[in-house]
Amino acid sequence: MAVERSNQTPAELAAHCVAVREAIMQSAAICGSGHYGPSFSCVEILVSLYYQFMRLNPNEPSWADRDRFILSKGHACSTLYPILADLGFFPKEELRTFTRLGSRLGDHPDMRKVPGVDFSAGALGHGLSIALGMALAARLDESNRRCVALLGDGELNEGQIWEAAAYAGANKISNLLAIVDANKVCVDGATEAVLDMEPIDAKWRAFGWHAERVDGHSLSQLLDHYAEFERRRAEGGPPTVLIGDTISGKGVDFIEGKAEWHIGFLGGVDVERALESIRRTQSAH
Amino acid sequence: MKLVRQPTVLQDEASFDHEGRAGVPARTLGTILSNRADTDSRLVVATADLAWSTFVAEFLERHPRRFFQAGISERNMLGFAAGLAASGYIPYVTTFSAFASLQSLDVIRNDHAYTNLPVRTIGTHCGISMGYFASSHHAIEDIGALRSIPNLTVVAAADLNAMEGLLRDVHDLPGPVYIRFGRGADGPPVYQAPNEVRFGEVTQVHEGRDILLLTTGIGVHAARDAARALGEEGGLSVTVGDLHTIRPFPIERIAALAARHRAVVVAEDHVIDGGIGTSVQQALLECGVDTPVFKHGLRDFAIVGPPSHMYRYYGLDALGMAIVVRRAAERLEQPASTRYREALWGSADMARILAEQGRADLERQTSSSGRFADAVR
Repeated sequence: MAVERSNQTPAELAAHCVAVREAIMQSAAICGSGHYGPSFSCVEILVSLYYQFMRLNPNEPSWADRDRFILSKGHACSTLYPILADLGFFPKEELRTFTRLGSRLGDHPDMRKVPGVDFSAGALGHGLSIALGMALAARLDESNRRCVALLGDGELNEGQIWEAAAYAGANKISNLLAIVDANKVCVDGATEAVLDMEPIDAKWRAFGWHAERVDGHSLSQLLDHYAEFERRRAEGGPPTVLIGDTISGKGVDFIEGKAEWHIGFLGGVDVERALESIRRTQSAH
Repeated sequence: MKLVRQPTVLQDEASFDHEGRAGVPARTLGTILSNRADTDSRLVVATADLAWSTFVAEFLERHPRRFFQAGISERNMLGFAAGLAASGYIPYVTTFSAFASLQSLDVIRNDHAYTNLPVRTIGTHCGISMGYFASSHHAIEDIGALRSIPNLTVVAAADLNAMEGLLRDVHDLPGPVYIRFGRGADGPPVYQAPNEVRFGEVTQVHEGRDILLLTTGIGVHAARDAARALGEEGGLSVTVGDLHTIRPFPIERIAALAARHRAVVVAEDHVIDGGIGTSVQQALLECGVDTPVFKHGLRDFAIVGPPSHMYRYYGLDALGMAIVVRRAAERLEQPASTRYREALWGSADMARILAEQGRADLERQTSSSGRFADAVR
């Protein structure tokens, strides 16, 4: 059975966002390194999915009719882990083992180790195909479960993404929702400079998807679009992609939008500055 | 999706695998999978625009709802198969070996093996069986690539009975399986029934005393013919083992078999580095068995030709294997320091085959290390 969470108030969701960002800072402190940019950019997306939209049961992680979530941009797992722990998939204390020798919590998620992780990820370009397969399985099972994949915008460079996009579009895989965390940054710099994929939404539409651009930090916009996706799913419409325009490093004002903070380490006084910024920034909703 | 065409009948009399193929054989891979699917609702099939070529079109007819046409997107197919497997299904995905194992290696490694999910990848048209389609379509490195991947089971089927026997045994394994197969109609069958092949064993298809000839897949039939011919000639008594279980490698069984022969010859339609010959060498080393091992296979990207001509050219048909085994026996008279210095099947043999085929004019171009360089100039 699903645990109902649809009664979360906007303020509660916003508070979860602050808590997750604080947890990302703690993870980086343990590891001595953090994927700050791409972890902070997808906080509102994951919070709105996990605390409000998706049907899950932390007491029964393998519940067959749960919604599926594939973190195709697996390097953002320090956003996912604190949410799973907070929901009760594994003990919160375990977050302290992040990336330490023998921990279940590596810097890319392993489905065989972490309760609540629906698929292992890390190598980019794989996740949409995985979610597609899960959506095909849901169809065969005549289940209403939804399959969600979170992709990076840099990840859209990968050819396999477009193989999966073509298949899902051509076959009207209604129960498939792709969300692109369009934070405009990849490892070597701005996505625009590395390999520009804009106009992203037009590309998806050309592949037969219903594509919308949304403010990826607006909880209310995200939730509205999830509801629209659910309506299209029930009607057997095309698959849905939300291009979430986001800011790399969102919440820590002095690293926001800076490509050099895709991965790095904030220590000493910078930690205090970062935490102050996170607590000051109210997530828009 | 509906059946829209019959397979093309390739008229190449020189190539045994096309002989007598007026259409789809009565029993195919699709028959085996469809029969299994009749009683197992978890079984689904996907292919990448090769339903007829990989012989699974029958599944599309019998179980259309559980058949997925991926189009020409192998990585996506192997990826969505993992998503299906993570949702309780047992997907069988088919494409040519080269595309399944080499093009999509990263998907097999990350999404099937790392996750330990029950996807069954069937790579047909293995080795050089695509003949004149050329190296892009040959899979002569797939075993080398796949035998190093944790969790992955690798098997090779010599014929449809072997396929049925192996699928029966591996179907319920919890992890991923790669199945190496030929063109689906590679000459007469080796086995009379599926029960003759059991996963994890080395199936002996010919009993002998002197030399142990090990091979896999399409090579098994030729190896047995070679052993029979050598036996009739007198002088050499050859055991032929079908190494259909490639990973996990049957180390103890191979060591025990090797220990009671004077030499082991491994013949494979694969490069000799990292193939089953390498696995045999490792096994004997680990078990302290010092029977000499001779590896016979490909050493470079292959030339083109009708498949049967290519097996002859590379000494991988019955005639070539018999010559190689005889030479191996002769080499045993030499000291170990010189025994392996030259290949058992060399450039002179290949030149001779070209000449026999009336292609002596090509000899200069194909036998030099700079293949085709002269022709280009």
